Amino acid sequence: MASKVIQAIYNDDDILMSAVKRVKEAHHHIEEIYTPFPVHGLDKAMGLAPTRIAITSFMYGCVGLTVAILMMNFIMIEDWPQDIGGKPSFSFISNMPAFVPIMFEMTVFFAAHLMVITFYMRSRLWPFKKAENPDVRTTDDHFLMEVSLSGNEEELTKLLTDTGALEVKVSEKH
Amino acid sequence: MASHYEAPIREPLVNGEKSYHDVTVDVAAPVEGRANKQWWIVFSIALAAFLWGVGCIIYTISTGIGVWGLNKTIGWAWDITNFVWWVGIGHAGTLISAVLLLFRQKWRMAVNRSAEAMTIFSVIQAGLFPIIHMGRPWLAYWVLPIPNQFGSLWVNFNSPLLWDVFAISTYLSVSLVFWWTGLLPDFAMIRDRAVKPFQKKIYSLLSFGWTGRAKDWQRFEEVSLVLAGLATPLVLSVHTIVSFDFATSVVAGWHSTIYPPYFVAGAIFSGFAMVLTLLIIMRKVSNLEAYITRVHVEYMNKVILLTGGIVSVAYITEFFIAWYSGSNYEDYTYLSIGAATGPYWWAFWALIICNFIVPQTLWIKKLRRNFAWSFIVSIIINIGMWFERFDIIVINLSKGHLPSSWSMFSPTFVDVGIFIGTIGFFFVLFLLYARTFPVIAQAEVKTILKSSGERYKRLREEGTSLAGAAADQRTALKPVAAKAPSGKTEIDKEKQSQLLNTIGAFDPETDQADDLKKINGIGPVMEKTLNQIGIYKYEQVSKMSENEYDLLDAITGAFPGRAQRDDWAGQAKNLIN
Repeated sequence: MASKVIQAIYNDDDILMSAVKRVKEAHHHIEEIYTPFPVHGLDKAMGLAPTRIAITSFMYGCVGLTVAILMMNFIMIEDWPQDIGGKPSFSFISNMPAFVPIMFEMTVFFAAHLMVITFYMRSRLWPFKKAENPDVRTTDDHFLMEVSLSGNEEELTKLLTDTGALEVKVSEKH
Repeated sequence: MASHYEAPIREPLVNGEKSYHDVTVDVAAPVEGRANKQWWIVFSIALAAFLWGVGCIIYTISTGIGVWGLNKTIGWAWDITNFVWWVGIGHAGTLISAVLLLFRQKWRMAVNRSAEAMTIFSVIQAGLFPIIHMGRPWLAYWVLPIPNQFGSLWVNFNSPLLWDVFAISTYLSVSLVFWWTGLLPDFAMIRDRAVKPFQKKIYSLLSFGWTGRAKDWQRFEEVSLVLAGLATPLVLSVHTIVSFDFATSVVAGWHSTIYPPYFVAGAIFSGFAMVLTLLIIMRKVSNLEAYITRVHVEYMNKVILLTGGIVSVAYITEFFIAWYSGSNYEDYTYLSIGAATGPYWWAFWALIICNFIVPQTLWIKKLRRNFAWSFIVSIIINIGMWFERFDIIVINLSKGHLPSSWSMFSPTFVDVGIFIGTIGFFFVLFLLYARTFPVIAQAEVKTILKSSGERYKRLREEGTSLAGAAADQRTALKPVAAKAPSGKTEIDKEKQSQLLNTIGAFDPETDQADDLKKINGIGPVMEKTLNQIGIYKYEQVSKMSENEYDLLDAITGAFPGRAQRDDWAGQAKNLIN
């Protein structure tokens, strides 16, 4: 595996998109692209697999719903089946309408928070994480494409310059 | 590119000749600049109100709820009125960031950050009231189903007040992570621009090391979409559950099945009014007129008109049903003939005028596009929606089923003081937010710039290709020789030559300039100053030692001792290798 990458900086999202397509056509491997904002269609052009984070959210929501049902069934029906204002506490279903608001809230709570935590873990984001963008301009208005290098430096430099890169430089892969 | 196409009938959402870099600069400006005198004046007033409210809260808790104006008949008045009012205000924030995201409304992007901030700050205010209106607030933790030493004594899940606990805490926490996740790229933008090391550290911490990889963005967008999908039913459920506090009771006027949707509509109505109040001021104060435009105000006024219409229909329905039910007890409810002519007639008519009549003026296009009128209407709606909750709670309680229990309510200074305190607290938080947070979601605005920005709309109409149109003169790479010294900093010639003698001069003919910004502590401004002095290369910086640092400080006059502290020479050496 090559330990060097070539970094090309662009200052326009449309130029970046056409560059990605050309690099892909030339069968080079795009290691990474850093952009200041979500460029729509970029993941497709790069060939990134779709994210499965929505699926995890659904599963977390199911967990939340289960927790809510088990908790309220135990507390209200099994542990202390008391008569509070004539509410029927004989079975879960007989007093179910009163449990719906909390069943709903817990579903949302679990689905939302656990998904966000999953996102932070998968994308490696946490409070003391050091930023890894190789150029500070990539959070302002520049776009940086990293292409892996395997001895074809000159050819690749030429290709990237042709696609409209403003700056092409070789750097160690981090 | 075709993907930026937008129908020409649509008005631009970003006015002026804004480029991507302009968005960055405009959003970062309030954060990077210093607060002016007006800010400090308003902040001091808000802080004083907040502290006064804290005093009133301490007085209430230490003396007893009896210091409020409540009586045996009217056990809920200002406390729950204010609670519902604040929760309602919060709802617009989620509506803007979630519902409008689901509907792919581009205009939300300039307003969602502030609207979400408003949600969080107003839900915090709302969250105070359920605690402080308790007789024994130090036992508030008993509302949580925690296993305990009382044979595990649990809570009763039948009560809407317990549902409130779950609803409000879920709402606050989900809104918070939604807001924060959206902030990461914007914090990262400020982090990468920061010149002062302390600021850099803080924003590095806040931005969680966001780097903006393609995969991160893909996940980010999916997470935003799913959170929007979750927040939409959440926002509907939260105010529904708040309305259950009343709707599930047996009190005439409260027991009403229309409450859940009617409360939610009212919440959006009042919330949008508050967003307008805040943003009409903020666009001026923070110089964001190009982003929060007349179109945004008009769109928000249209939402107000819609939700205000829903609320008005609900009023008419309540009024009709009170008569149609044939129930005698309904005669004295908050929307009945009895209420209009009874002792609380002024509260009834305040509601009708503020919520029913005044907002109808927004049907007139001239008025709903007028900043001053929108501002006035938004304030009137906030007052009217406070009266709506007051009427619902107090009028309905004052004349219940038993005439011997009929009563009136008048607040004490403590009731009023706590309310003023929460307003103060809200503005303390909001003012601090406006100075430290990127108040516009710049990453999102940049995604719509090419389709909805005035400049790009013009370019497209002229038939120019938008590819390459994002390049900005100021951030473009220019040959170093072209950089003429602007003469901003007066340079002491003698010290300059002394400095250059030791570290070596830069020859633009043969040498290549380095990116000095790579050195920690050198920002764009400092780099320019260094370039003016004649320092372009890492090699030059690496030769600096104490004597040269002193000379440099003497020349620039900025940040004395800074270069030494950051060890520019050491950093530059590393960068050469």
